[in-house]
Amino acid sequence: MVDPTTLTLNHFLLLGAVLFAVGLYGALARRNAVIVLMSIELMFNGVNVTLLGFSRYIASSAPLLGQIFAIFIITVAAAEAAVGLAIIIAVYRDRKTIQLDDIHLMKW
Amino acid sequence: MIQYAWLIPVLPLAAFAIIAFVTRPWRRVSGWVAVAGILGALALALPTFWETLAGARVERTLDWLTLATGGVGVSPSLAGAGGGAQDPALHSAGAAQVAGGAQALALQVGFQVDPLTAVMLLVVTSVSFLVIFYSQGYMHGDPGYSRYFAFISLFCMSMLGLVLANSLLALYIFWELVGLCSYLLIGFYYQKPEAAAAAKKAFLVTRLGDFGLLAGILLLWSRAGTLEFTRLEQMISAGQFDPAFLSLVGVLIFCGAVGKSAQFPLHVWLPDAMEGPTPVSALIHAATMVAAGVYLVARTFPIFEAGSYSLTVVMAVGAFTAIFAASMALVNNDIKRVMAYSTVSQLGYMFLALGVGARGAAVFHLMNHAFFKALLFLAAGSVIHALGSQDLRFMGGLRGRMKITSTTMLIAALSLSGFPLLTSGFWSKDEILAAAYAKGEYLVFGVALLTAFLTAFYMFRAWFLAFWGEPRWESPQQSGISAQQAVPGAQHSAPTTQHHGSGVHESPWMMAAPLVILAIPSILSGFWGSPLAGGGGFASFLEGQAEATELNVWVMAASALVALGGIYLAWLMYGKRSLSPARVSAALWPVYQILIHRYWVDELYNGFVRIAVLGVAEGLRLFDVYVVDGAVNGVASMTRAASSTLRQFQTGRLQNYGWAMYAGAIAIAVVTIAAQMSR
Repeated sequence: MVDPTTLTLNHFLLLGAVLFAVGLYGALARRNAVIVLMSIELMFNGVNVTLLGFSRYIASSAPLLGQIFAIFIITVAAAEAAVGLAIIIAVYRDRKTIQLDDIHLMKW
Repeated sequence: MIQYAWLIPVLPLAAFAIIAFVTRPWRRVSGWVAVAGILGALALALPTFWETLAGARVERTLDWLTLATGGVGVSPSLAGAGGGAQDPALHSAGAAQVAGGAQALALQVGFQVDPLTAVMLLVVTSVSFLVIFYSQGYMHGDPGYSRYFAFISLFCMSMLGLVLANSLLALYIFWELVGLCSYLLIGFYYQKPEAAAAAKKAFLVTRLGDFGLLAGILLLWSRAGTLEFTRLEQMISAGQFDPAFLSLVGVLIFCGAVGKSAQFPLHVWLPDAMEGPTPVSALIHAATMVAAGVYLVARTFPIFEAGSYSLTVVMAVGAFTAIFAASMALVNNDIKRVMAYSTVSQLGYMFLALGVGARGAAVFHLMNHAFFKALLFLAAGSVIHALGSQDLRFMGGLRGRMKITSTTMLIAALSLSGFPLLTSGFWSKDEILAAAYAKGEYLVFGVALLTAFLTAFYMFRAWFLAFWGEPRWESPQQSGISAQQAVPGAQHSAPTTQHHGSGVHESPWMMAAPLVILAIPSILSGFWGSPLAGGGGFASFLEGQAEATELNVWVMAASALVALGGIYLAWLMYGKRSLSPARVSAALWPVYQILIHRYWVDELYNGFVRIAVLGVAEGLRLFDVYVVDGAVNGVASMTRAASSTLRQFQTGRLQNYGWAMYAGAIAIAVVTIAAQMSR
């Protein structure tokens, strides 16, 4: 029987899956570009949690590998967020909206 | 001089080019350019003729197209027989490469001068010259003056090329060219709907016959591998083809002649062709082009002679057409149409002669006919020019006012009727009759004799109506023309006002001079072939050997008798008026109705076209609209329906695609996990 007070790999995986799913829903269902961007960050973090969990419980021969991986992802995500927000601001200045449905000049 | 015979058609062609590209705005210059072109041709044709008479012959051939198996090679001398004749590649016919069986098929064109060609050259150039000269007077003041002379020069080139051609291929090319010129000149007054329709009709009807000619040429080519007349003649005399094949080829070639020479059943275009200017009728539709059919059969005569039944076909068609057309000429009131039917009838006479094997007599009659029929048309043109009408019912009494016209036309009419001993028409007609009689074709002989009677009658009916009696052109209302006498299709135009009263006078010298000149051969050309010329006459010149011309006094007497009888009957009815034409036509009412409606042939053809051709066309139209278009449109609308359904998936929203992507990923995951679990 698993002790509910101790952390296991499944806890990490469950948290990661929940974060990823919430982020996925946000990225696909919401129409506000900022929220979509935030949701994508959330998906990154879901992945990060999963990586940390694997690093802690499975890859004991290289204990820091997963964490380094996560740090890289955070770095990239930060850069991506900066670029994404810059694009959103630029679009907003031009179009006065950040509703994805209204940004369709290039469609067809 | 005979070596330069190829220059003869080149000169009118040059005249055509000069008029078309240079002198078009200066009308009088155009007329003189055309005269100069044909005069040059005449000046070349005369020595050519004399040299041929002295025994000279020439034939030149050059390769035109070489159809190799690997591809089509065009020899540099594409310019044609005339222009390229000086080419060093030129070689004599004997050295011409054999095309049959070899890998490369060489199409050759060239020219030849033999007695038949020489006679035709002489006839065509002399009649053309006189007609073109005359046209300067006749077409005076016409807005299309330059165009007229350009076309008629083009025609002269085509016709001269046709008679010079030494192979069926070259002949066919010029054959179509004269057809084109005929079309252009019939439709010269193209603003007039009747003229445009007549041009179209002439072109289409002759095309019908030309199709047969083309089929015959191709058939002959497939078997013989050459189309040169001399080579074909050698092969035929060597017995290389079987008679049934030659008969088929002959009949197919004859189809072309039937179309061009307006023989039954394709005779319908020629009377309508009278819509063209009268000199055109004289030149193209009386003297030269329509005789091209006779020339074609005479030229390919060895084929017909060796065939088993082709000559019989020629004879039957010719004899039937001769009497059929002559009967329609009896009642027509349009002076030009009377002569058009007369031409059809006389051409039938020539085919009849060919059919009984008398090639010499046929060509002899062709030559004489060209002279006197051209004269008849030009004289008629002179009358029309003076009067502004071509309806015989509005003429009469012109004898005193137009002495030259009436006298020359009388000479031509006598010649056409075959007035005994003095006229050319008598000698050639007599020769044809004698040939038919000697061949034992008594039915054909009888038909020909009856036709000769009818010919004399209708010709003098026209002449008396035009030149004798009271003038009817001053008050057309009083001439007692009832509606029932109206001829369908004929022109009813009353004389135009400008020519009323004493304004009717003889035509200018430009028109009168050719009439006088043409009257000379109308009488004299016949003596060349008459028994008076002895064994060295026309037929022996043409055939290259002396023919035993037996003098059949009985035939000659019969021929003379019917001619005089016809003239006398016409005199009684229309000259002396002791026999009322109205009473005769009333007594023969059914016959009169048939004749005046021209046997309803035109109506029959129109009905056939309307029912059969238009019916089939309508069926095909429906097939096209509903089946062909239906299939195409069906495919299109199916595609469009499919696409309008499928495009719903392409929203262009990235998030929708994201949904689909993740749904797919989840589906794959579920399947994979399920597969793992079930293991």
